[in-house]
Amino acid sequence: MNEQLLKVENLHAGIEGKEILKGINLTVNRGEVHAIMGPNGSGKSTLSEVLAGNPAFHVTEGNVDFHGVPLLDLLPEDRSHEGLFLSFQYPVEIPGVSMVNFMRAAVNAKRKYFNEQPLSATEFLKMMRQKRAIVELDNKLASRSVNEGFSGGEKKRNEIFQMAVLEPQLSILDETDSGLDIDALRIVAGGVNKLKTERNATIVITHYQRLLDYIKPDFVHVLYKGRIVRTGGPELALELEERGYDWIKEEVDSKS
Amino acid sequence: MNSKQQYIDLFRDNRTVIEAGSAPVLNSLRDEAAESLRCHDLPLKGTEGYERTDVNGMFAPDYGLNIMRLNLPADIAEAWKCDVPNISTLFAVVANDSFIPSSGLETRLPEGVIFTSLRQAALSWPDLVGKYYGTVAPVDNAAVALNTMLVQDGVFIYIPRGHRLPRPLQLVNIFSAPASMMALRRVLIVMEEDSEAQILVCDHTQDTANSYLSSEVVEIHLSPKARLDYYCIEESSEATTRHSQMFVNQGDESSFLTNISTLTCGNTRNSFTINVNGQRCETRLAGMAIATGRMHIDNSVQLRHLAPKCYSNQLFKYVADDNATGAFQGLIYVSPEAPFTDAYQTCRSVLASPDARMHAKPQLEIYNDEVKCSHGSTTGQLDAKALFYMRTRGIPENQARTMLMQAFMADVIDTVKMEGLHDRLRHLVEKRFAGDNSLCGECRANCRDASSNTNE
Repeated sequence: MNEQLLKVENLHAGIEGKEILKGINLTVNRGEVHAIMGPNGSGKSTLSEVLAGNPAFHVTEGNVDFHGVPLLDLLPEDRSHEGLFLSFQYPVEIPGVSMVNFMRAAVNAKRKYFNEQPLSATEFLKMMRQKRAIVELDNKLASRSVNEGFSGGEKKRNEIFQMAVLEPQLSILDETDSGLDIDALRIVAGGVNKLKTERNATIVITHYQRLLDYIKPDFVHVLYKGRIVRTGGPELALELEERGYDWIKEEVDSKS
Repeated sequence: MNSKQQYIDLFRDNRTVIEAGSAPVLNSLRDEAAESLRCHDLPLKGTEGYERTDVNGMFAPDYGLNIMRLNLPADIAEAWKCDVPNISTLFAVVANDSFIPSSGLETRLPEGVIFTSLRQAALSWPDLVGKYYGTVAPVDNAAVALNTMLVQDGVFIYIPRGHRLPRPLQLVNIFSAPASMMALRRVLIVMEEDSEAQILVCDHTQDTANSYLSSEVVEIHLSPKARLDYYCIEESSEATTRHSQMFVNQGDESSFLTNISTLTCGNTRNSFTINVNGQRCETRLAGMAIATGRMHIDNSVQLRHLAPKCYSNQLFKYVADDNATGAFQGLIYVSPEAPFTDAYQTCRSVLASPDARMHAKPQLEIYNDEVKCSHGSTTGQLDAKALFYMRTRGIPENQARTMLMQAFMADVIDTVKMEGLHDRLRHLVEKRFAGDNSLCGECRANCRDASSNTNE
């Protein structure tokens, strides 16, 4: 069980010369669910963007090992092929690119990376059908442009659908609960749970305990001022829900 | 010196030969054209409406002209290959400046429909051709004057009253000559009342070793209730210069759609002057320009609303990469006599490299209050967020860029209403963006392997 999947060591990164991550250390083993919480502006989304390889961010220090591969050396597309998936807080609308073409390009790029033949049209459509069922995604959305005109709930379900198709080893869900009503939240969380295996792992980035009622974390980390300042079990999320972040901020700020 | 002088001299010295190779109807306008050319210079770069394009320079090289009407060795069989799969067209080729019908074309045309050489038509039906020839394109335009002064042949299309063409007409313009040359191309299209036609024009360069200049004037007369869709796809070589001017007169309740797609070229200037003379007309212009290397693509529109209750829409999109340049001038003119006009214009451009350049000049001139008009122009880069999003899903950067550029052009491709051509154009654009230059003969269209899978 305790096979290491991701190890982040002393990660420093920023954007436009401003340092946001100031030494992140995090280890995620296969089969685990980690929640990262923290006040606004603490660097949660930056961490997910940096791990996914957004070229707008610059890594200044540190290492990330992803099942033996130096993650930071890889292009974003190769990180995806190697099994990293980021569910976006704000999924991007791409007018003119249909969901079908988008997914076919993604699936076949991955197959090419592993020297496999592209899927036939029949195989591909069959897979789409199966994966759509996991998040109850409407077939009609497949013919539409990527995320264009999708409701907030549809966008998030679409993210989990893509996750189901790409079968990542590590999924980072960035504020997947934002913009979701309670029914959509249940469907999305249900999708994530269905995809959970002993071999993969999930990092859930969230503001609220609510999502963690549906996706049960093994570990809860609090990110503040670019560092993980506290790590605990699921009970830490409940404590934060009750007490807010101020007590942690005070603790950290008084030390520095 | 303005480059027109060599053409004035050529005409003076060779008038007899030029006229002998043409027809009296065409010859009858040469004096007026020559006089006009003496008075009007070819536009210089930087003058109003020609901010980025040097028309005078386009005509400056000493190109040969085939005034002797020699049969130049063009590979017509290659041009047949441009016959678009899944579209059954009535097909003809213009090899350099000579009209060559497909075999049996005349017998396959519906009765009364004419699709033939302009010279032949002017000899066979002098009254019909004479009634319209030179009436839509204004001779006080220097490039029109030059064309009218020297042109010996061209294409004549006539659709009689009430006729609906069951199949599109297709014209493939090819350049193929043993030496660099200039082709004077002239197209006259007359659509009688309540007639309907679709025309597809493809420009190709067969022989890429030589440089070519196409001086084209297209005159289109639309009678009341006539409906014409005119599609043009240019895939010429980098040594090809295209100077094309289209003039359209629209009668009451007529409808005109044109889509011009410049996929590859050297130096291209397309201008469209649409006179909406009739009431309740519909006019749609769409253009797509894909410029790489050192290509230059300039589209210029003058849409003149001269009668009430008409609708017009212009949609032009450019992707400029490498050191390429794009230019767009678009004027919507609404006269005092044209209340209740709905007129819209959009020009959007993507600069894909730091050295690519785009010049856009949207213009509105409105002389009455009862109008709805808008224009929008944007120039930018590919959406970095979309690019990153696609890459996180494993789509390699180059492919993601290609997909985004393809998507950017989707609405221009969607203006194509001709069955089969829509998919064909999408396929060509996909190949173009994917950098697939595998040639079909010397032609870049690569039409033959439509069924091949372009996905990797």
